[in-house]
Amino acid sequence: MSALETRFARGAWAVAWRGLHVMAAKPSLIIPSLVFPLFFFAAFAGGLSAVDQAPNFDYPSYTTFQYVFVLMQSAIFGGVFTGFGIAADFEFGFARRLLIASHNRSAIVAGYAITALVRALLVWTVVTIVAIATGLEVSGNVGDILEILVIAVMLNFAATMFASGMAMRFRTLQAAPLIQLPAFLIIMTAPVYVPRDLIEGWVASVAEVNPFTATLEAGRDLIIGAPAETLLAVGVAAGLIVVMLNWARTGLRRAEAAG
Amino acid sequence: MTADAAALRAPGRLVGAHAGTLTQVGYLARRSITRTVRQPLMIVPSLVFPLFLLAVNSSGLEAATVLPGFPTDSYLSFALGLTFMQGALFATMGAGQSIAGDIQHGFFNRLQLTPLRGRALIAGQLAGVMIQGLIQGIAYLIIALAFGAEFEAGPAGVIVLFALSALVGLAFGSIGLAIGLRTGNAEAVQGVFPLLFVLLFLSSGALPRDLITNDWFQTVATLNPVSYLIEGFRSLFITGWDGEALALAIGLSVAILLFGMWAATAALRTQMERT
Repeated sequence: MSALETRFARGAWAVAWRGLHVMAAKPSLIIPSLVFPLFFFAAFAGGLSAVDQAPNFDYPSYTTFQYVFVLMQSAIFGGVFTGFGIAADFEFGFARRLLIASHNRSAIVAGYAITALVRALLVWTVVTIVAIATGLEVSGNVGDILEILVIAVMLNFAATMFASGMAMRFRTLQAAPLIQLPAFLIIMTAPVYVPRDLIEGWVASVAEVNPFTATLEAGRDLIIGAPAETLLAVGVAAGLIVVMLNWARTGLRRAEAAG
Repeated sequence: MTADAAALRAPGRLVGAHAGTLTQVGYLARRSITRTVRQPLMIVPSLVFPLFLLAVNSSGLEAATVLPGFPTDSYLSFALGLTFMQGALFATMGAGQSIAGDIQHGFFNRLQLTPLRGRALIAGQLAGVMIQGLIQGIAYLIIALAFGAEFEAGPAGVIVLFALSALVGLAFGSIGLAIGLRTGNAEAVQGVFPLLFVLLFLSSGALPRDLITNDWFQTVATLNPVSYLIEGFRSLFITGWDGEALALAIGLSVAILLFGMWAATAALRTQMERT
């Protein structure tokens, strides 16, 4: 590993370590990102379970159907919540000191991404335990599950880059709704409650072109061991990462220019 | 002229020693309404978010209308109860944040120097909430009808719908007011929002209670008062005149309003002692 790479890794790890330490020291920061997915899982899988009796709803288990949604949704919101943390770091001056102290400023963003991933892994663990306890049915093999995990990790990374880009542009917690709203819109205009072919009206058209749809549908197919368009989902997630990495990079430049 | 300045002009007339409670309520209500109307950002989220959720749900859950026993063939009409309820919950936040903001920015302290009666402060603050509830209700109804929603209760039902909307807004506004007065912090009021969100979603907002197949969820939805408020709104859209649903919604709203007023009065007393 070159000296440059070593500096990058050290910088990223230092930022990530601080993020994880703050998370452990202040559980109130992790609770919302834990509670919301669990709440959505309870409200959707519990309250809407009768929807699986609708004609042409051919998915074997509504709990499993909603579990994948909650998994992917929490992947995105893990990134969004990390964006709030970055915005707060800028608002209270810590991020500016980081910018001054860092050899490689991209390492700061990488550090935040590690924190977001750990946060998401924690949430997925809890959600999965709850889902298993309440009737999650998994027919896919280990490879299928790993593929779901890869897609979720990629979504988490893309969302973190998006949220970082926003946070570094606005550098205030007041931008929280602006960070949250696009994520909320993309999530809710996918096939949330029923498969795509049962959606009616304008949401059906939006869901067709919504990139989140491909990742969600692949996850739902993989978990039941059905043929899935995994390549499409990974491709979409990779495309999002490329776009959002650029968004975060230009956001970082703006934060540097702002001083 | 700012809302505060407008309300405080001619101070002798506003909260002078001889001003009656109704006069005081009038001035504070005017300030509250002016502030609500002059800050579109306070109204826009409570209009946009419920309507967005309505649009998404009515498309995504239209398939549920073919379930045996589903009370209507239009999920849009069915989901409007949830929309009205969601708007009322935004009123909670609005009222709480307004009074907490007044405390944080010192306006409350200045009011303390006047012979203003506590009940006038509470009633005046709630006037803005009621107006907001009415504006929301009108907007929801117009947009829903434009997109093909049914309204079975007819023209007289519209009056009942707006009255119920204002009443539920007042009820939850009084709770928000109590929280705002108790905490004196707008961020703390914001922190209550997830709890209200839980009440909204663990209810019969998405499916009728008898179609909820999950036992624990059905129990929670049955115990959740928000279910009955939603069902009251919904009955006007899909049933027409359902005395039981309306009586439950009105009765529960009045009970919540009384509790909220009691809690707000107690919190106001404590807040006055602190300042």
